[in-house]
Amino acid sequence: MTGAMTAVETAAAVRSGDRSARSVVEEALAAISEREEELHACNTVLADAAIARADAIDAAVAHGEDPGPLAGVPIALKDNLCVQGELTTCSSKILEGWRPPYTATVVERLLAAGAIPIAKTNLDEFAMGSSTENSAFGPTRNPHDKARVPGGSSGGSAAAVSAGYVPLALGSDTGGSIRQPAAFCGVVGVKPTYGRVSRYGLIAFASSLDQIGPFATTVDDAALLMETIWGPDQMDSTSIPSRPDPIGAGSDVSGLRIGIIEELTDVEGIAPEVRASVERAASGLEGSGAHVERVSIPSCAYGLSAYYLIAPAEASSNLARYDGVRYGLRVDGADVAEMNAKTRAAGFGAEVKRRIMLGTYALSAGYYDAYYGQAQKVRTLIIRDFAQAYERFDVLLSPTAPTEAFKLGAKTADPLAMYMSDVCTIPTNLAGHAAMSVPFGTGVEGLPIGVQVLAPALGESVMFTVARAVEALR
Amino acid sequence: MTTYETVIGLEVHVELSTRTKLFCGCANEFGAEPNTHVCPVCLGLPGSLPVLNRTVVEFALLLGVALNFDVPPSSIFHRKNYFYPDMPKDFQVSQFDEPICVDGWIDVAGERIGIERAHMEEDTGKTTHMGGGGRIHDADYSLVDYNRAGIPLLEIVSRPDMGSAEQARGYVSELRAILATIGISDVKMEEGSMRVDANVSLRANSTDALGTKVEIKNMNSLRSLGRAIDSEIERQSVMLDSEEVIIQETRHWDEVAGVTHGMRSKEGSSDYRYFPEPDLVPVAPTDEMRKVARESVPELPASKRERLISDWGIGPSDARILVDDRALCTYAEAAVAAGGSGKDVTNWCTGEILGYLNEQGSTPEALILRPEGLAELVALLADDTLSRSLAKDVLEECLATPVMPREVVERRGLAQMNDEGELAALVDEVLGRNEDAIAQWKAGDEKARKKKRGFLMGELMKTSGSKGNPKVLNQLLDERLGD
Repeated sequence: MTGAMTAVETAAAVRSGDRSARSVVEEALAAISEREEELHACNTVLADAAIARADAIDAAVAHGEDPGPLAGVPIALKDNLCVQGELTTCSSKILEGWRPPYTATVVERLLAAGAIPIAKTNLDEFAMGSSTENSAFGPTRNPHDKARVPGGSSGGSAAAVSAGYVPLALGSDTGGSIRQPAAFCGVVGVKPTYGRVSRYGLIAFASSLDQIGPFATTVDDAALLMETIWGPDQMDSTSIPSRPDPIGAGSDVSGLRIGIIEELTDVEGIAPEVRASVERAASGLEGSGAHVERVSIPSCAYGLSAYYLIAPAEASSNLARYDGVRYGLRVDGADVAEMNAKTRAAGFGAEVKRRIMLGTYALSAGYYDAYYGQAQKVRTLIIRDFAQAYERFDVLLSPTAPTEAFKLGAKTADPLAMYMSDVCTIPTNLAGHAAMSVPFGTGVEGLPIGVQVLAPALGESVMFTVARAVEALR
Repeated sequence: MTTYETVIGLEVHVELSTRTKLFCGCANEFGAEPNTHVCPVCLGLPGSLPVLNRTVVEFALLLGVALNFDVPPSSIFHRKNYFYPDMPKDFQVSQFDEPICVDGWIDVAGERIGIERAHMEEDTGKTTHMGGGGRIHDADYSLVDYNRAGIPLLEIVSRPDMGSAEQARGYVSELRAILATIGISDVKMEEGSMRVDANVSLRANSTDALGTKVEIKNMNSLRSLGRAIDSEIERQSVMLDSEEVIIQETRHWDEVAGVTHGMRSKEGSSDYRYFPEPDLVPVAPTDEMRKVARESVPELPASKRERLISDWGIGPSDARILVDDRALCTYAEAAVAAGGSGKDVTNWCTGEILGYLNEQGSTPEALILRPEGLAELVALLADDTLSRSLAKDVLEECLATPVMPREVVERRGLAQMNDEGELAALVDEVLGRNEDAIAQWKAGDEKARKKKRGFLMGELMKTSGSKGNPKVLNQLLDERLGD
């Protein structure tokens, strides 16, 4: 990891002809082959395609063309992003053999910017989980300690960046699935404002919460990737139609008003050293001229409960299409209904089934108002409470995850304990706001801790400014 | 047998004639090779997202104006969840409790029929079950064509305001004429671009609560709609008379047997677990879109019929025939604009011309005889140049070859003889060589006289080469015979 070039440096070197994209890709492939057996971060390595693209980029540079701001930068893609002709599995048996006939908007934008997709990374099946242990293809391990989980659900992408396979990766964040693994693996992870990044080609878990975002080793690299993928897309009706302003390179926090969310920081279950990291980051920011104080966002306490009704409800509908009729796994039955049932029984793992059942129940006649309807009201409250907080504060701070990375198997028998590891990240998804995790400090086990910087909708610029300031405090 | 009051409500699904589908750019086209008009979106492939077709909203706004609907500031889509292999996503994107159009009505034969709502939704694919009885449960295998998946539909739900099959037919017929007029669908019940489901219930008195309703499906013409409703009324009456309990169910109309059959209940009961579609944003038509809709709705059938009745002096049934057949009406209006009298043009259009079109399976647009030609024909008849029978001759030729009626008359020398002097000479000549017949006429009884007179009239027409004005010849003949 140390000494590896950042994306910014790599792109500059490739664009200027100082370094060949081919050598960058070969180095990445070497890093993958060195550690992949122990880590299992990747479902598919796109070696041939990556080398071919690298050669094309080198040829373009040789012809005096500019391949783009991410020229020659290898990138890992969470395996729920569609790439035409490449296996796209969601780490589920049910998508066995499926190769999408189209490419996700974000991947199109990466290609147009000269980036080189090099691997499709492991995840909790259909992005449902917090440890990447729910993958049908086996867990990914934390590069800092292979007895521990990398977090999830984008654990493969976080591990790929953390292990130095690639400087950049994409994940998706429905309740913390980028930020929590970023914290566990000691990298930067960003959940953009809902609608800022097109979801076209991201295989849906919970449509109203899902958002694609960057992993990187530095805040600047994350900003570069963010600016490559974001912006309106007419293929996604929920994409925000206005063009985003550039993020900027600022790190000056003087005069900024920063609130530490009490309900996510000063409560039982947050490890002391995690709280201490947030405190240290806050006082560092204060030292740089920011005003820091505690803020209460009471409805945050109900975020987890609301999330585990809304997300499964949407998932139960989004995942209905995996019925064995058109693509992926099919297990034959006496009639079509039996074929559907057998296919789904064999194709989905336990956590996916649990959430489909939860969601189906929450939407059922007679229960809708008490569960899904009530959860939507909580969501409205959370949005209202955050709006009030953002009248007084420019950004908010909290831990990204309650603890440092836990051991494999530690929570697999207790879904609720597993769900609790997203308690700090979920409110942002319910509100549709932006948040990111910046590595800051280490825990008792010597593993990375992440500090979460939260910003209102479309507040990416100030969020990155504060994140850079936190990064500089390290 | 007790007489019951019948209560009927209709759900009409209309396929919209947009260029592309509801949520993607695939062609909305009937009859293409299976699975050729498909893409990741209408196949519901993982990761795909819907984007609403603006034209569908514009069409719904036109419908809103034409059916006197309220269009609330915004409406939303819901997902209707159920498993069926013809649904690519295993849910249908539809509208539920916040549809685009609410609270409309139309007048049918002087009665106001309330229309509860109209909402936008996507059509499903089409399944063909191979082997077995052609039903999904006993088929060997099934084929699915997703060309139809994602075709835009408007579902128009009436209030239970109809009391007879006749009235239900009238409502559908009026609705069809309106939809054709505003041009949002080709409304072909036979091809399935307009599908009507009927909810039928009976009750002893109009003050009683509504009876148990039964939904009947699979009627593919107005005639079968009427027959199906009557058959269902009969079935329910017999059951109620013998105090049987009517169960709420969906029944399938069997056109050949002329009865309805109970269908197997839909898989997994009817809990569709509706919830707001998170992949779409609310539909909020702008004031500009509403204004355009108000200004683009053409004259509607009811007012058009009234106008033709009063301007052309035609009867209500002719007016209905014309207005229900937009192309024929356009043709007739063009003929009138070219100088033909409305009444005469209508007579020809709803008579000989419509007969010819039906026989040929053709359409008014394809007629060789242009509206100007029909206007000319009508004028030739009005000024006695042609008798009705000569005019039919001329029409026949003009329908087959591109010539104007006057040309035919001139070339074939068909102009009617109207000159009284000429005709009198003709009468003298014919009577002169038929003295026997005159004698027999004189001696004959009523029946014989009629027969002989007919013979003489025939001789006169024959001798005139069918050109003698029959009215004048009749008159002259009467004078000569001293009758």
